[in-house]
Amino acid sequence: MTLSVRHLHKSFGSTIACDGLNLDVAGGELVALLGPSGCGKTTLLRIIAGLELADAGSVQFKGEDLGVLPVRERGIGFVFQHYALFNHLSVFENVAFGLRVRPKETRPDEAELRRRVSELLERVQLGSLGDRMPQQLSGGQRQRVALARALAIQPRLLLLDEPFGALDAQVRKDLRRWLRQLHQELHITTLFVTHDQDEALELADRVIVLNRGRIEAADSDFARRFLGGQGSDIELAAVA
Amino acid sequence: MTIALPAVTPAKQPTSPLPRPTEDPRWLRGLLITLALAFMGLFLFVPLACVFYEALKKGWDVYFAAIVDPDAISALKLTLLAAGISLPLNLAFGLAAAWVVAKYDFRGKQILLTLIDLPFSVSPVIAGLIYVLIFGAQGWFGEWLRDHDIRVIFAVPGIVLATIFVTVPFIARELIPLMQAQGSEQEEAALLLGASGWQTFYRITLPRIRWALLYGLILSNARAMGEFGAVSVVSGHVRGQTNTLPLHIEIAYNEYQFAAAFAVATLLAALALVTLGLKVLVERQVKKTST
Repeated sequence: MTLSVRHLHKSFGSTIACDGLNLDVAGGELVALLGPSGCGKTTLLRIIAGLELADAGSVQFKGEDLGVLPVRERGIGFVFQHYALFNHLSVFENVAFGLRVRPKETRPDEAELRRRVSELLERVQLGSLGDRMPQQLSGGQRQRVALARALAIQPRLLLLDEPFGALDAQVRKDLRRWLRQLHQELHITTLFVTHDQDEALELADRVIVLNRGRIEAADSDFARRFLGGQGSDIELAAVA
Repeated sequence: MTIALPAVTPAKQPTSPLPRPTEDPRWLRGLLITLALAFMGLFLFVPLACVFYEALKKGWDVYFAAIVDPDAISALKLTLLAAGISLPLNLAFGLAAAWVVAKYDFRGKQILLTLIDLPFSVSPVIAGLIYVLIFGAQGWFGEWLRDHDIRVIFAVPGIVLATIFVTVPFIARELIPLMQAQGSEQEEAALLLGASGWQTFYRITLPRIRWALLYGLILSNARAMGEFGAVSVVSGHVRGQTNTLPLHIEIAYNEYQFAAAFAVATLLAALALVTLGLKVLVERQVKKTST
């Protein structure tokens, strides 16, 4: 397994966010973490990224323990629910950020950097908007900037936190299709969090249902109820 | 059943005789504005104009003579020195304090916040006395300092200390609400993209708080240059050595050199006006960037 999470525990005071979580994701897979709000899915994502420390348990990537790596060395692309774009930087500089902060030895020169950022902006269909500031973009465009920024560091794992949560219905649908397509081209191992059943089912190779810090078995009452009877059509993961 | 709604044309009815329901009657508005302006004029503008009038009453020669007086120059230098030392220290402390308060949860956070506010609530004279009690000849460290030939009270270090004490809260107070509102998502994003702590601070945090920081610096500077009470206690009023501008003005005034006192006062007033102008400019930027 490319990403494997073992016996993960995390609580905030008396709230338990992760209760002995186990999770495996294969290389190149696009997996949805589905669950009601407050079920611990965002916390799981933040622990994998290193933004949150687990109380117990381990996160491994291709056999390497991620827990001992500082956030900046994990090579994880993360798209925040509200994008967390750098508002004082242009779209181009947002995407270029990950390249500019590299140590001198691995930093591409200015021409190479421009080429790569332009390529990424083309890929997310924002080729002509590089000079804009994030505030001047629509929600869907911001979302794509956030994605391009995360892709710029050539991440080995892509984590998306409610990627379409802040968008209206039509934009959501378009972006879903587009993201699916992008994943087919790039094949980056991707884990995304959502509370929207349709979104999870349409977009992901595999849907994992989370409830109260635990993964629900695919045939559990909760998973069935939560998926509204659609669960039987797709392969549901039940990693115990 | 359909009900035709009247077309709404908001904000475009200057000819309408009907005031909005929440609006005060016109006479009340007029009265309040007049009162506010009269109050400001009487208590702020008239005294300021008076300073300049008194300073120039005996002519430009007397005015310039008072300003280039060696004691006045030395007081100006000391004022600038105290401000110049306290500002960078306040900058470092304010940033650090705002950072820990806004980004972390820890025991004693409330105590830290209260401590930051302490100089606002304590009388400056008491602030000065605290330093006399600690560093004065009869104070805690008095003997040790005397043995090592270090002078704090009635010398420049005491003045700098007192100035720092009264100006400490400004920058932290300005930054804390802003940084709390901004959260740390952008910093997290920067870390995930491979930025080091320093790169994150320099490239992300600092640009986002720069105007608020500058605003805090300006307020802090204004207070540093104008401080009287705390500095007065620790200064000892040694002419040409431990007098700051406000102290110099007081001494001149007490010695009936009114023109000289007011002339030097115009220097302080001018510094204050420049600061005020800067403040207005920066406030505009803060508003622009915070939206």
